[in-house]
Amino acid sequence: MEFYITAIMLGLCLSSMSLGIFISMKIFNIPDITTDGSYTLGAVITAILFIAHWPAMVMIPVVLIAGAIAGSLTAIIHTRLKIDALLAGILVMTGLYSVNLIVLGRSNVPLLNVSTLFSSIQLFTNPTYNDILAALVFIGIITSIVTYILKTDFGIAMRATGDSATMTRALGINNNKMKIIGLAIANSLTALSGYLVAQYQNFTDINMGIGIVITGLGSVLIGDALIKWLNIRSILWQLIVILCGSIIFQLVLAVTISLGVDPNWLKLITAVFVLLIVSIPRLKFNLRQ
Amino acid sequence: MIELKSIYKVFNKGEANEVVALTDVSLTVQKGEFLVIVGSNGSGKTTLLNIISGTEISTSGTVSINNTDVTRYPEYSRSKWIARVFQNPLSGTAPNLTILDNFRLAALRTTSKKLSIGITDAFRKQVQDKIATLGMGLENKLDQLMGTLSGGQRQALTLLMGIMDTTEILLLDEPTAALDPRSAATVLQTADSLIKQYNLMAILITHNLKDAHQYGSRLIQMSEGKISKDLNSAAKNNLELPEMFSWFA
Repeated sequence: MEFYITAIMLGLCLSSMSLGIFISMKIFNIPDITTDGSYTLGAVITAILFIAHWPAMVMIPVVLIAGAIAGSLTAIIHTRLKIDALLAGILVMTGLYSVNLIVLGRSNVPLLNVSTLFSSIQLFTNPTYNDILAALVFIGIITSIVTYILKTDFGIAMRATGDSATMTRALGINNNKMKIIGLAIANSLTALSGYLVAQYQNFTDINMGIGIVITGLGSVLIGDALIKWLNIRSILWQLIVILCGSIIFQLVLAVTISLGVDPNWLKLITAVFVLLIVSIPRLKFNLRQ
Repeated sequence: MIELKSIYKVFNKGEANEVVALTDVSLTVQKGEFLVIVGSNGSGKTTLLNIISGTEISTSGTVSINNTDVTRYPEYSRSKWIARVFQNPLSGTAPNLTILDNFRLAALRTTSKKLSIGITDAFRKQVQDKIATLGMGLENKLDQLMGTLSGGQRQALTLLMGIMDTTEILLLDEPTAALDPRSAATVLQTADSLIKQYNLMAILITHNLKDAHQYGSRLIQMSEGKISKDLNSAAKNNLELPEMFSWFA
């Protein structure tokens, strides 16, 4: 049981990143590889600020801004220098690895004896419940804010940019500016996942972000399949389903490991799992033809 | 007033496939004027329209709108004056947004899109009333995705979206080329009545000579990157359709 609760917790912590990838991939059609770097960046900043005795709540704006800078760098390289978004993301991600290593000072920092976000709620005697409640409240607030943004006039403009660039230009929207702001928001959310996971597992590791973008993509694809299947139109519900996608993804991995699979296979299993999610709808389509 | 002064547009300048699209074109369009442009393929009609809308920047010459020099303005900042309807009926609207969302953006064409929720009950009512004037029965489908509508419906809505915000200029680039005859007639009639009602400057590009004959208060023929004929309202009224056909013989 504990095993599945860990998976759910991890899914909740990573769901902020899934919301970010929902914005970059489903709204702007940009596969944003910056994610690997900005996720670690969030965790690295969390670690050094804990060492500097900052309270967990106070460091949130710093984490958000750091993620936003990473995301806007990718978008600026993509829009101003006309470099493919995928390559722009890879460049920023590669650069961020060094930045993260320099900021952190070493490859691994344990976060012991610090008062994390999760220890701020003490309602139950069982600490696991407190953790879950804290994560739920935090993700609930984040989801409400993202929902609000997407519903505003600015949010409609953002959603239209990825949908019909010709139309948005004709309606006075600077598509490049929109992409920069959009990727900034997406990577802020990703950095926030790094912030949460570092506190949940009580350490920051320089390699913790490797391949994390695949986890995010997989979660969004699961969510997106559910959104299409259930024909969900409300933005709030769409985001909630994306959060569920993130948790389902972690549960599937947990089940695989509980079957006795060597954890060294985890990344390969993740990749194959995402491949399956992407390909199953197309395979079905081919059969019908 | 739109004022083009000796506009040249050269594509792939200096290369083997160099194309001179416009040669020394000067044109003034006054408020309330409905200009129709005809011309064979490659005569420079669309390039001319694109230079006004900012999709293309001229090689030389100046463009000004209401005495503001906009020659170097990017496309999105010219939306302050210009509303557009495209040849592709799918280009003017966002398919994965609802009709209401599309109209909300259109209502903010000339201003900034703020971080506040603008879709209120009053706004919904306003859009509903506007759409009802089309008589297509779309006024009760505001929450439907734009992508579920037909090309003709989307083109008619694009047109209507053009007057959701203050508009000086309406650019119509072969708006009916991809539509069936009935939808095409609806779109052009709607355009014509909106142009009169809001006293807009309008430019319509068309290959349909009957439409060119029927609509507009001024007619221009373009050939090989130049304005070859320019008929004012009186001259256009006296023009017989067979004579127009002979221009293309």
